[in-house]
Amino acid sequence: MADYEIPETHEFPVIPSIMEGAMAHSSPYVANVEFQEAMGFPSPAEPGQLIDGWKEKFLELLEEKLGKYRSMLVFMDTCVKCGACTDKCHYFLGTADPKNMPVARQDLIRQIYRRYFTLPGKIFGKLGFPGFVGAAELTEEAVREMYSYYHQCSECRRCAVFCPFGIDTAEVTMAARDILANIGMGQKYSNQIIPKVHKIGNNLGLPEAALADTLEGLEEEVEDDIGVKVRFPLDEKGADILLVTPSADFFAEPHVDGLIGYAKVFHAAGVSWTLSSQASEAANFGLFIGNYESMRNIALRIRDEAKRLGVKRIIFGECGHAWRVAYNHLNTLAGPWDFLDQNYPVPQHILEFTKDCLDRGILNIDKSENDHMTLTFHDSCNIARASRIGEEVGSQFTTPRAVIKAVCNNFYDMSANTIHDETFCCGGGGGLLTDDLMELRVKGALPRMEALKNVIADNGVTHMAAICAICKSQFTKVLPYYGMTMDQIVSVHQLVSSAIVLDGQGEEAEEPEEAEESA
Amino acid sequence: MTVLSIIYVVLFYVAMIILVGGIVNKIMLYKRVPAPLKIPVTPAPLTSGGVVYRLFNEVVFFNSLFRASKWTWIFGWMFHLSLLLAFFRHLRYAISPDSFLWPLVNLEVVQSFGKYAGFTMVIGLIGLFGRRIFVDRVRYISSASDYLMLVLIALIAGSGLLMSFVTNTDIIQLKAFILGLFFLDWQNLPGDFILLTHLTLVLFLMIIFPVSKLLHAPGLFFAPTRNQIDNPREKRHLSPWGAELEAKDGRNT
Ligand code: SF4
Ligand code: SF4
Repeated sequence: MADYEIPETHEFPVIPSIMEGAMAHSSPYVANVEFQEAMGFPSPAEPGQLIDGWKEKFLELLEEKLGKYRSMLVFMDTCVKCGACTDKCHYFLGTADPKNMPVARQDLIRQIYRRYFTLPGKIFGKLGFPGFVGAAELTEEAVREMYSYYHQCSECRRCAVFCPFGIDTAEVTMAARDILANIGMGQKYSNQIIPKVHKIGNNLGLPEAALADTLEGLEEEVEDDIGVKVRFPLDEKGADILLVTPSADFFAEPHVDGLIGYAKVFHAAGVSWTLSSQASEAANFGLFIGNYESMRNIALRIRDEAKRLGVKRIIFGECGHAWRVAYNHLNTLAGPWDFLDQNYPVPQHILEFTKDCLDRGILNIDKSENDHMTLTFHDSCNIARASRIGEEVGSQFTTPRAVIKAVCNNFYDMSANTIHDETFCCGGGGGLLTDDLMELRVKGALPRMEALKNVIADNGVTHMAAICAICKSQFTKVLPYYGMTMDQIVSVHQLVSSAIVLDGQGEEAEEPEEAEESA
Repeated sequence: MTVLSIIYVVLFYVAMIILVGGIVNKIMLYKRVPAPLKIPVTPAPLTSGGVVYRLFNEVVFFNSLFRASKWTWIFGWMFHLSLLLAFFRHLRYAISPDSFLWPLVNLEVVQSFGKYAGFTMVIGLIGLFGRRIFVDRVRYISSASDYLMLVLIALIAGSGLLMSFVTNTDIIQLKAFILGLFFLDWQNLPGDFILLTHLTLVLFLMIIFPVSKLLHAPGLFFAPTRNQIDNPREKRHLSPWGAELEAKDGRNT
């Protein structure tokens, strides 16, 4: 299936012995001139080269980061090389490449910081022994190494949970990627996608007409299926709720089953809602490339659309990093949200909405519809470690599980050190969900695959539920490499969709109009 | 005064200025540079009291390190606790007997705990050194300065232990020297080799503090991942440069 070895899974996690250079060949395609320019990044004379004067520019940009981001400044200084993070990264566990240990990844740029911005680095650098104090010269080779290994980090923050100083490699990766893009080495995948969001409205480049078609198709499909007309409104002015969801929800499996779930819940709750064609994407790849302005521009589409459509609330669909940006940064980047209804959190997560409906008992649930499955749940890193769903500390763990248990009879968690804030990344997050990084994605999935296999063996689990578009796509792709099947990954709202019983459902579908009233 | 004493008086002042000046400068810098985005590692506290509790757990119990690696935690915690105890013991060289703190410092527990802390400190350091050598991952990330830092502190501890248990130094004179530094009434420093080694290494440690990884001590309090409150939906977080960006295009109005 592949020209590299699929890592072995074990009953208990194994920390590999280091293998230097094991993943040195892994590097995603560099963005070409067109994409660099569309993003406002400079482009070199030849693709794959660095721009003229790249070295000065690099140091200038690093200095700028140190002056704008307290995280970078503090993290460059505080690492004591204790090694606590060294066995925490799924990419290290799956590849054994020591440069995939979080601290070694940070060191790629920390060495430059030490060399050019600290006294010992300057002194020992001049003497010709920068390595003595953990410093290194800035060479083209060093830059290429950064490009490689900063694209072997999914910005999942697992390392930050364990670091005694809270050093978050994701922050370092983001800063490094932004610097690299600005000396000519932007990553193709992310930089190709972002302009599409602005031009067309979503990462997929799905134009309004096609989107409208797709949604109409979904309405028909659901009506054929359950005999109730459940609406999927688009660009409806005056709706109460704007739903912003990852564009994969419009067509990919199992994402779309989740979208059907949201629509059914809205239908049953009797609220009015709409999607927006211009904000038909929850994802915000500005986060991945570490560029504040890009992230802000993407976020502002949602503000513009909320105003244009005159909605009162904003709800986000199932997506990990999108929820991180929405929860933590939407207020900062695109706020203030004083024109929305302040009785609801801005923004709200679809699981918060559904859980509330379940708690209030307004959903009619038939759990036995999911009896053919035994579920486990994959905590997405950006939800587990970079945001919250619900009102309490840690409710990002309890809320999805409560919803799953409310609609399914059979549920088992994976082992404790692979869930909640110790969850392992799916292996495809942080801007790495591209075919040119397939080997990395397969190997990085190892810890999650291992935990999943174990819960399958121990508890007879058949399916894993997720609440992130990237996780779902990544698992669909990598499950077969580990001897499982792609349909073993499901959306949480797909489970809700199967269990929910709408008014009029099963009554031979004679009175669709009546159901429509409540929509 | 002997030439030696004059040299050490000067060295002490220089080291003190570098240490305090360097740390204050760093702290001011850490404070001045904004955290433009909310990035607490969640689950995170919802109140400022909760943040204090979170940091307290990190500072006092090394909570995250405990979750990460029990061996590193045992050696690291043992070392730092010993450091604290040794520090208390050393106060008796810097506090005059008429100070209101003297009875506290002179307590038997403080003094004898401090004395034996030297041993646990060395054990902790050996453990940490061993990890650096024997665990391939930690060896990979260690540079010469990381080993030397441990050696430096071990030598300080070792020379201190020698003075406590083997060759006593002239404590009365040492104390006069140190109090003299505070009150600008300079006195002679005893000239024995072990004491001078001990003091010289301490001076060196003070000087490198603000330019080395020892900055982890103040830095711990400034990590936005740990010191931010989890309330982004309730309270709008905006950095000065983020606000400038907004003012320029007016898209947030
Ligand atoms: S856990 Fe933190 S301090 Fe320790 S090596 Fe990793 S990044 Fe550095
Ligand atoms: S953020 Fe995640 S992917 Fe990146 S170094 Fe840390 S653990 Fe590895």
